[in-house]
Amino acid sequence: MAHNILVVGELAGGEPTSTTLEMLGGAQGLAAGGSVSVALLGTGATAAAAKASGASKAFVSDDAGYDAVKAEQWLAALELAVDQSGADLVLIAQSSAGRELGPRLAARKKTAVAMDCAKIEDSGGLKFTRPAYGGNAMATYSISTTPAVATVRAKSFEEATGAGAGDIVQLPAAGASRTNITGMEQAVSTGLKITDAKVVVSGGRGLGAPEGFKIVEDLAAAIGTDKAAVGASRAAVDLGWYPPSQQVGLTGKVVNPDLYIAVAISGASQHMAGCSGSKTIVAINRDKDANIFGFAKYGIVGDWKVIVPALIDELKKG
Amino acid sequence: MHIVVCAKQIPDPETPPSAFKIDAANNKVIPAQGIAPVLSQFDGIAAEAALRIKEANAGSKVTVISMGAESAQAAIKQVLAMGADEGVLLNDPAFEDGDSHTTATVLAAAIKKLGDVDAVFCGRQAADWDMGQVGLLIAEDLGWPAAIIAKGVTTGGAGLQVTRVLENGFESLEAPLPAVVTVSNEFGEPRYPKLPQIMAAAKKTVTNWKIADLGLDAGAVGKAGSRLKLERLFIPEKGGKVELMEGDTPQAQAAALVARLKAEKIL
Ligand SMILES: Cc1cc2nc3c(=O)[nH]c(=O)nc-3n(C[C@H](O)[C@H](O)[C@H](O)COP(=O)(O)OP(=O)(O)OC[C@H]3O[C@@H](n4cnc5c(N)ncnc54)[C@H](O)[C@@H]3O)c2cc1C
Ligand SMILES: Nc1ncnc2c1ncn2[C@@H]1O[C@H](COP(=O)(O)O)[C@@H](O)[C@H]1O
Repeated sequence: MAHNILVVGELAGGEPTSTTLEMLGGAQGLAAGGSVSVALLGTGATAAAAKASGASKAFVSDDAGYDAVKAEQWLAALELAVDQSGADLVLIAQSSAGRELGPRLAARKKTAVAMDCAKIEDSGGLKFTRPAYGGNAMATYSISTTPAVATVRAKSFEEATGAGAGDIVQLPAAGASRTNITGMEQAVSTGLKITDAKVVVSGGRGLGAPEGFKIVEDLAAAIGTDKAAVGASRAAVDLGWYPPSQQVGLTGKVVNPDLYIAVAISGASQHMAGCSGSKTIVAINRDKDANIFGFAKYGIVGDWKVIVPALIDELKKG
Repeated sequence: MHIVVCAKQIPDPETPPSAFKIDAANNKVIPAQGIAPVLSQFDGIAAEAALRIKEANAGSKVTVISMGAESAQAAIKQVLAMGADEGVLLNDPAFEDGDSHTTATVLAAAIKKLGDVDAVFCGRQAADWDMGQVGLLIAEDLGWPAAIIAKGVTTGGAGLQVTRVLENGFESLEAPLPAVVTVSNEFGEPRYPKLPQIMAAAKKTVTNWKIADLGLDAGAVGKAGSRLKLERLFIPEKGGKVELMEGDTPQAQAAALVARLKAEKIL
């Protein structure tokens, strides 16, 4: 069936984010003769509309008031975009902003949202599949009201290709918000983002101490600082060994690099929910029965303290 | 300051994957044998956040509410033992098999009935279905502002000062009261109640409100009021069989792995 789809885009440095392009790619596939629109809010929105591949229409406001997302301001604009686009499906990123916008937009439109969708298909109606029970299960939902709203996990669709939106509709400038942002602290990120890196090397609680991450970082560096980034399990993040911005998993980030190396990580379902899409998983764990070996293609059973330095040596041999 | 903590009882999310079973015909999770249900982890943390505010603001009160089976009393008692003042269980067959929206409808109705509530604290997501929306739907129902995924929350300024965890950093946010806050694990560990507190909580009566007490229509709650329909629940496939790198020494194992990854042009 044809669907009119509104993609709620996000901008980073004036460009549509990769998740925005992925949602547009998904929308291209699902529209089946219907329309794809995009909503873009904040500095550079109009210019970014031209880069929103796959959308024919863009609802925009260049008002800088939208740059730091205050949900109430965004919701007011998005309600207009939903009404004017005639959307029966609204796609929102499963991001910091989208986690708040999805449920609240659905409530305002007297409909429902499926959160964190990894797959959306039209098979006798729209079906939304998402991890549940910490990734132990997958659950497929339908939504009986319109518009159906879904938040979409990163890397769930291929990025859209083709021309951006030509038809531009202006949305009002940011209105009132009862909440007020009083400060912002960027995570200190050195090197590649884990969501962009071709190789992610992650450390877990089995590293035993924050110093273990130094050696994990050395392994990433030996693979190449232009290729590899360092992630962490939540247990390691909760212990304060590594920053939350590097957490992989259900409540952290979704990564799907070519190579994921899990060092001293047990492979809990909530962790795997963030990395099971990796092309190749390598596990280093001293427990041969660790859950991670159920997901890994290659594994080494052993103590990371000796295995990781050996790997670094081996890589340095070239 | 009167804070309501919304607490859900769930199957233990630390259940080993091998013990995780589903009843595919009925799209239900089969409770693992011998593993008791628990208070959803983030809700315990939300309770901790509420109790710290209570301790910092004399004359404050914390009420814990839970919608669920009779067994959810245990989750309520746990939060009472931590130091909450009162507990309300929302248990009625009409509430069963609902979705996030109907759950929020019931919880919001209970909050309205309590009347003098200044803030509602929820977990960032219930660790069973991992939706992360009930807190926000309560906020929309009550017409309150919200702050989600908090790692810090204190009273001050216009109402609440909240530090939120974003993808790439943190945000400080000020929200006027009344407001909804959802709390994340970055907040820290909840307190462990001591034996005398557990015993005192065991003696406390938990109020039970049914659908009639909340003045809700049976068509608006439970399965009848649901908009989100679970069509299928299944266990995802794992990867294939792992190939373990053999070798007499770590160096030999490492060499085998690097050779493998190079042969496959992954490195
Ligand atoms: C709702 C919810 C959401 C969650 N979200 C996330 C999430 O987003 N991301 C996440 O990661 N977790 C998440 N978790 C937590 C998850 O359930 C696990 O507790 C966590 O992933 C465990 O981290 P870990 O593997 O580092 O630690 P552990 O489970 O303690 O595993 C440590 C591993 O290290 C191995 N080891 C120990 N010493 C050595 C050594 N010397 N050499 C080699 N191996 C060694 C051990 O054999 C073990 O397998 C979530 C949990 C819940 C309930
Ligand atoms: N049945 C329930 N009873 C009490 N609180 C709940 C219930 N369901 C959800 N909540 C609250 O809402 C939060 C988010 O739940 P969810 O949207 O289901 O992930 C939980 O962490 C709880 O604080």
